[in-house]
Amino acid sequence: MFELTDRDRLRLADLLGNPYNISSQIQSSGDNVVKKTALTDSHRQLGAKMVEFAGFEMPVQYTSIRAEHLRVRTTVGVFDVSHMGEFYVTGPEREAFVDYVTVNDVKSLSVGQVQYSCMCKPHGGIVDDLLVYRFPDRIMLVVNASNMEKDLGWLKENQRGSVQLENRSDDVTLLAVQGRHAQSLMRKLTDTDLSQVKYYWFVEGRVAGAPAVISRTGYTGEDGFEIYLANRDGVTVWNALFEAGREFNLEPIGLGARDSLRLEMKMCLYGNDIDETTHPLEAGLGWITKLNKGDFIGRDKILAHKQAGLTRKLVGLEVEGAGFPRHGYAVLHKDNGRNIGAVTSGTVSPCLNKGIAMGYVPAELSEIGSEVKIDCRGRMFPAKVVKTPFYLRPY
Amino acid sequence: MNIPKDLLYTKDHEWVRIEGDLAVVGITDFAQGELGDIVFVQLPEKGSRIAQGQSLGSIEAVKAVADVYSPLSGEVAEVNAALNDKPELMNQEPYGGGWVVKIRTANLAAEKAALLNAAAYADLTTA
Repeated sequence: MFELTDRDRLRLADLLGNPYNISSQIQSSGDNVVKKTALTDSHRQLGAKMVEFAGFEMPVQYTSIRAEHLRVRTTVGVFDVSHMGEFYVTGPEREAFVDYVTVNDVKSLSVGQVQYSCMCKPHGGIVDDLLVYRFPDRIMLVVNASNMEKDLGWLKENQRGSVQLENRSDDVTLLAVQGRHAQSLMRKLTDTDLSQVKYYWFVEGRVAGAPAVISRTGYTGEDGFEIYLANRDGVTVWNALFEAGREFNLEPIGLGARDSLRLEMKMCLYGNDIDETTHPLEAGLGWITKLNKGDFIGRDKILAHKQAGLTRKLVGLEVEGAGFPRHGYAVLHKDNGRNIGAVTSGTVSPCLNKGIAMGYVPAELSEIGSEVKIDCRGRMFPAKVVKTPFYLRPY
Repeated sequence: MNIPKDLLYTKDHEWVRIEGDLAVVGITDFAQGELGDIVFVQLPEKGSRIAQGQSLGSIEAVKAVADVYSPLSGEVAEVNAALNDKPELMNQEPYGGGWVVKIRTANLAAEKAALLNAAAYADLTTA
């Protein structure tokens, strides 16, 4: 009989308490009001398994995480990600303010451009990762639903200059159309010339007649668009996408596949891979951290980390054999078995059919090809630091 | 949801079919639905002895991992080797081709009382 440690054991019964398997808790959460999106009823009609995620009732899967994942990788899928938060920053000094509270260089951002960025605490820990949109008359920040209240508080606490902050999250429906046929599908629903919208740029136009911000961004590694709409247009556009998407086999995609898709790209998930105890450089976000742009919150400490040399790095790990890494599993030294780090995100990759993970390891073991072991519930599996993203799109 | 009347169940979502002194064990339709796509099943060795409530093996799904607990004490008489190549059988045929082990029971009469009938199990999953 094989050995299993007691730790990390999950009875089938416990799945009801798993954040991705709590459909039965949605009705029973008592005083906490679970928010709906404009599309909650549509998801239910499609037979989605609904879960509570960051205070929202969201679809985790419609048919199967694996099938939905492969749908996005092979044709095109649509996600309701209306739980994400949208803040508008207005006022004459908005650019200087956002530049001060985020690590990327807002001054270099053109009107119509999007920027991936982070907000940090003075000690360098990450408050949230976010997208910064520059409109002619405002800046839009798109933040994680789980951090919405915290972020708003942090921004208000650090508010300076002549700026106004407005939380528009409750008014906005956000759909992500992702996959190689995303542009062909969207072309059927808009007059905007999407071939002119480059990666990480956006335009204001119409989709299925509804006013929309069309952004060439996503969290899957595929070509695609994120469409910001007024809630009242959510159902219309959702239905129009399915009507137009029939020829591309468009399917709805849940949060489960969203997680496995982003993990195959080694894109960070806040709360798993990054949080207030990690700084951008060790998280592999040096490319967005512009230490020479002038002062910003966290700069001095992040610069000090850089000068002292990083002690650990977030790497991509591929597991040998039938080991399936999960958040929280220990990473061990391959020879002496010493605990040297932890898996922050892990799954079985639907495209590679093997266990893949993100995790922090000591800097000296972060080179491509470094060998470690992962403790998968008491069973040790060899794993290797590999080049990321784990998956590269073939087009 | 499919809950066959002729089976016995545990509150941990395993099912048992008694065939003489053998007990066929699997996980319920409800359990496979909650787990989602099953990609790997860690099975016990034939001949190993297990006690009621002890782990029989683990099931890896894309989203989560779960243990299967033995509904009864005894010896593992047979394991479903087909799951090595086709773990998705547990999703597709939870009460058929997706069975996990057969246990030669050691204390069936006494331990059976701890198991649930279909009606009691149905109450559990709709509560």
